[in-house]
Amino acid sequence: MEFAELIKTPRADNVVLHHPFHPPVEGTLCLTGHHLIFSSRRQDNAEELWLLHSNIDSIEKRFSGSLGTITIKCKDLRVIQLDIPGMEECLNIGSSIEALSTLDSVTLMYPFFYRPMFEVLEDGWSSFLLEQEFELLSSVTNEWRLSCINKEFSVCSSYPPVVIVPKSVDDEALRKVAQFRQGGRFPVLSYYHKKNGMAMLRSSQPLTGTNGRRCKEDEKLVNATLRSGRRGFIIDTRPLAVAQQARAKGGGFEQEVHYPQWRRIHKYIERFNILQESFIKLVEACNDQSHNMDRWLSKLEASNWLTHIKELLTAACLAAQCIDREGASVLVHGGEGTDSTLQVTSLAQIILDPRCRTIRGFEALVVREWLQAGHPFQQRCAQSAYSNGKQKWEAPVFLLFLECVWQIHRQFPCSFEFNEHFLILLFEHAYASQFGTFLGNNENERAKLKLPQKTMSLWSWVNRPEELDKFQNPLYEANSLVIWPSVAPQSLQLWEGVFLRWNRSSRFLEEAEEERMNIIKYNKELQAKVNALRRQLAQLETGE
Amino acid sequence: QVEQVKLLDRFSTSNKSLTGTLYLTATHLLFIDSSQRETWILHHHIAAVEKLPLTTSGCPLVIQCKNFRIVHFVVPRERDCHDIYNSLLQLSRTAKYEELYAFSYNPKQNESEQVKGWQLIDLAEEYKRMGVPNAYWQLSDANRDYKICETYPRELYVPRTASKPIIVGSSKFRSKGRFPVLSYYHKNKEAAICRCSQPLSGFSARCLEDEHMLQAISKANPSNRYMYVMDTRPKLNAMANRAAGKGYENEDNYSNIRFQFVGIENIHVMRSSLQKLLEVSGTRGLSVNDFLSGLENSGWLRHVKAVLDAAVFLAKAIAVESASVLVHCSDGWDRTSQVCSLGALLLDSYYRTIKGFMVLIEKDWISFGHKFSDRCCQLDGDPKEISPVFTQFLESVWNLTEQFPQAFEYNEAFLLQIHEHVHSCQFGNFLGNCQKEREELKLKEKTYSLWPFLLAEQKKYQNPLYNPDFCPELTLLEPNTVSFNFKFWRNMYHQFDRSMHPRQSMFSLIMNTSEQNKQLEEDIKELEAKIKQRNGQSDVVLVKEQEQTAHPAPVALKTSPCFQKEQPPMPVNDAVRTIEGSNTADNRYSELVSEFSKAEPAVVSLEYGVARMTC
Repeated sequence: MEFAELIKTPRADNVVLHHPFHPPVEGTLCLTGHHLIFSSRRQDNAEELWLLHSNIDSIEKRFSGSLGTITIKCKDLRVIQLDIPGMEECLNIGSSIEALSTLDSVTLMYPFFYRPMFEVLEDGWSSFLLEQEFELLSSVTNEWRLSCINKEFSVCSSYPPVVIVPKSVDDEALRKVAQFRQGGRFPVLSYYHKKNGMAMLRSSQPLTGTNGRRCKEDEKLVNATLRSGRRGFIIDTRPLAVAQQARAKGGGFEQEVHYPQWRRIHKYIERFNILQESFIKLVEACNDQSHNMDRWLSKLEASNWLTHIKELLTAACLAAQCIDREGASVLVHGGEGTDSTLQVTSLAQIILDPRCRTIRGFEALVVREWLQAGHPFQQRCAQSAYSNGKQKWEAPVFLLFLECVWQIHRQFPCSFEFNEHFLILLFEHAYASQFGTFLGNNENERAKLKLPQKTMSLWSWVNRPEELDKFQNPLYEANSLVIWPSVAPQSLQLWEGVFLRWNRSSRFLEEAEEERMNIIKYNKELQAKVNALRRQLAQLETGE
Repeated sequence: QVEQVKLLDRFSTSNKSLTGTLYLTATHLLFIDSSQRETWILHHHIAAVEKLPLTTSGCPLVIQCKNFRIVHFVVPRERDCHDIYNSLLQLSRTAKYEELYAFSYNPKQNESEQVKGWQLIDLAEEYKRMGVPNAYWQLSDANRDYKICETYPRELYVPRTASKPIIVGSSKFRSKGRFPVLSYYHKNKEAAICRCSQPLSGFSARCLEDEHMLQAISKANPSNRYMYVMDTRPKLNAMANRAAGKGYENEDNYSNIRFQFVGIENIHVMRSSLQKLLEVSGTRGLSVNDFLSGLENSGWLRHVKAVLDAAVFLAKAIAVESASVLVHCSDGWDRTSQVCSLGALLLDSYYRTIKGFMVLIEKDWISFGHKFSDRCCQLDGDPKEISPVFTQFLESVWNLTEQFPQAFEYNEAFLLQIHEHVHSCQFGNFLGNCQKEREELKLKEKTYSLWPFLLAEQKKYQNPLYNPDFCPELTLLEPNTVSFNFKFWRNMYHQFDRSMHPRQSMFSLIMNTSEQNKQLEEDIKELEAKIKQRNGQSDVVLVKEQEQTAHPAPVALKTSPCFQKEQPPMPVNDAVRTIEGSNTADNRYSELVSEFSKAEPAVVSLEYGVARMTC
């Protein structure tokens, strides 16, 4: 086993662990191939910590005399500290953790070794197939078809094998369109609004270049989604200037002359490296409790995090508005069509489609609009907010999406079947997990890694009744309406459940939450009892 | 009465408006829109009226209210607008107390109810509850005729060892004669919160009686030898006061005191701070960063934190060190009231009950002479005297309720309602600047007390999550005052801007459910009794039973009113309907107000901007 080579010191005694909300505790530290394990070995109340190496974002070593201190910063934003006696042991453990938490090869990751201790009721890998989605769609419209053009991932390496496209466009045309769009990401159906038959499409930028190249098939494809005489909206997630600059590199945007039925709106959403910087600054601000009020507020402002949230929500509302209020079809794209595009299309569906606000529907949304749509999870979530400034491809694109869902959830607390914990769970698993779901950057890579065969799906685990219970929102009542959130700065809040989670005790808030749930639960019990008693009484009365 | 007046949405970027008729009554301004929805604004609530330059659609009139409502009318004819403007200016500025609404307000109570209403809060009773008089503290009659201090109440509690000459001497050495007196007594720790104004020490003056007074307070606490003197002002301000012959205690002259500045800014800083905050939060199309930097620049949250930090310091001195604390600022009626009352709130769970909170306000704010009339501008007066000191106190309490959702019997609506009435001048409690003035105005005969009215509708103000055992009596509530725990109080400053609030309110849902649970419990009792009776009857009186079954409608189904509405098997699911906002072009998510209240079938709760159909 190659891990053994990396583990120079598998075990250290008399280690003191400092972790949030607990007094320091002494015990034994063990390193295994995938976990850092700490056990206090007290008989009565053995305190244990199991930490996935892949959850470790960064580590720092410090020495004072022969006592070494390792500070471990996790991708879930927790910070723990280990005091290890013995310089050499500390150095060994430090470098082992460093090596184990930055393994290059995906196949060495824990999901390939994880053996589930639960019974699989439903294989999550086949829970959300696009074919099922299409079946649902076919029951309301026959304007669309399922295309297997990408079966071998030959047309677009970041698309799934099957996609939904307008019926009137054949595979031959799709091939041509794919060549006109960056990375082959031709416009595909993202969402169909049953209420008025309008569609939301997503793609990457068109490769118009400086000489204004056009592609008749592309124009035909997007026009196929329009009702006669009606206009559609193209939401470009880049500012006009950036879109124009993109032409020099072969990219570009849809020219009015070639797309006369479409109105283009530029709604700027920040690119990934800016978002990563923002993430780092926000976490820094939240972690320093010594800030006075002015400093805290200015740091919060300087992080720009809430600005990104507002921009994203606004863009999603715009897309939803075009579809629902204007009765227009919408095409969303940015540059590559794998980040901001997906944020907008998935959030718009949260607003428009009640199904996406159920647990299963939300899972399907994440699978469809993020995993299958080719958001590069492995690149984006390789590092979290403690990455040391040397960012490559990391960005909290998915986290921003989750937070926007949380913001809407706060404004419509009765319209979601799931609770906040469910969103936090997805955040954690996107960054480090025993499940294979978020490994790889697209379906192509997942197929090559044989993830469905070799790893367990997160959904297999989550969708068992005992787990699902934890994520139910007792306030939920199906709400078939479109839900428009407020995007005023006064209406947005810091997501404390993620960013202040380890910085302050939330005991009182949790207890209050529990009390709320009890009131709801008690209400249901009382209702049941009243109904039972009433029946009993009615029986008594008629039974005579 | 002016017709065809438009009411603009404050945050709308599209000049969307409601058209309706504007009426002026003796006490209120009333706007009724085309769908017969009424907007009432009390003249006393109007803080400022502004006429903007004429536009093509008419003459804009902006009214700012003390409860942070801002309405923007457009009156078609300039002359009408001018008339309304002038009338409002006159109506909103009152010169004499007797012209205030409270003197004409008639809630149809008879005289004995009125008297009883005023007796609801009894401060003598409250001191008894705290455990005074006792071996160390006694009631002093020194101020019985307001001879020593006009702005203090008649009844004051002082250490037994403080003789009349000491009191008189000390009062002469304190601003406005406000000598050290008891504000709160902690029976378990035997420690006291005392309050006063600044000493007239200048650069070197001393007063032996005042020194004796502090010693007496110190000695009245058997469990600790030293006492704290908290000057709630920033050090610089206190030092500047020395030049005017005022100042602060010199530690060398007073034995066993620990002197401490806590740095809360004065009323003028607070006034302009809130003004800045409101300017920012009232901006249309506000960006997140402008909001956050505006919040920072206003300093408002910094000030709220400073007030709460001071209260925590005070409460800890008492609960942890068992040390008595003397609190003062300059005159001892603004910052001192804030810190003493919040300190007591942290120490004593009684003040976290509905009745207890009323007592606290009566004691530390009303009786000790917080100048409500000046600070809230009840009469047309010096604008420099206006300051949101009491609002800030309520906001500090709100912050505590957010951190400890189960520790308070009352909810946010209670705080908002009190704030509303501090400015409404509808009840007598907050009129005037001190007790002496109130007596002269004969408020107890001529006006009504607010508290019985709030108690009568206390269901609205109850916190459904309240757990009386959350914090046993006299254990300290320890809030975390890290900066990120302080939030902008949207429900106060945007109470009337419904588009900003959550579209579904968890709060009202829990309120309703909790209320419904009580009803259901009743129903169950009733049903069980009926069934028991039935069972008994079927054994014994068969004849009667038969008689009843002959009746077309079963008796039980006619019983409780709640019951009849709950015929569907799962009433909860039907009971609460969510609503949808609507909007038009380019993301004006604040356009929702009108549509969404129109579409709504039932009860609209204004405070929380959410409409629900209740069962």
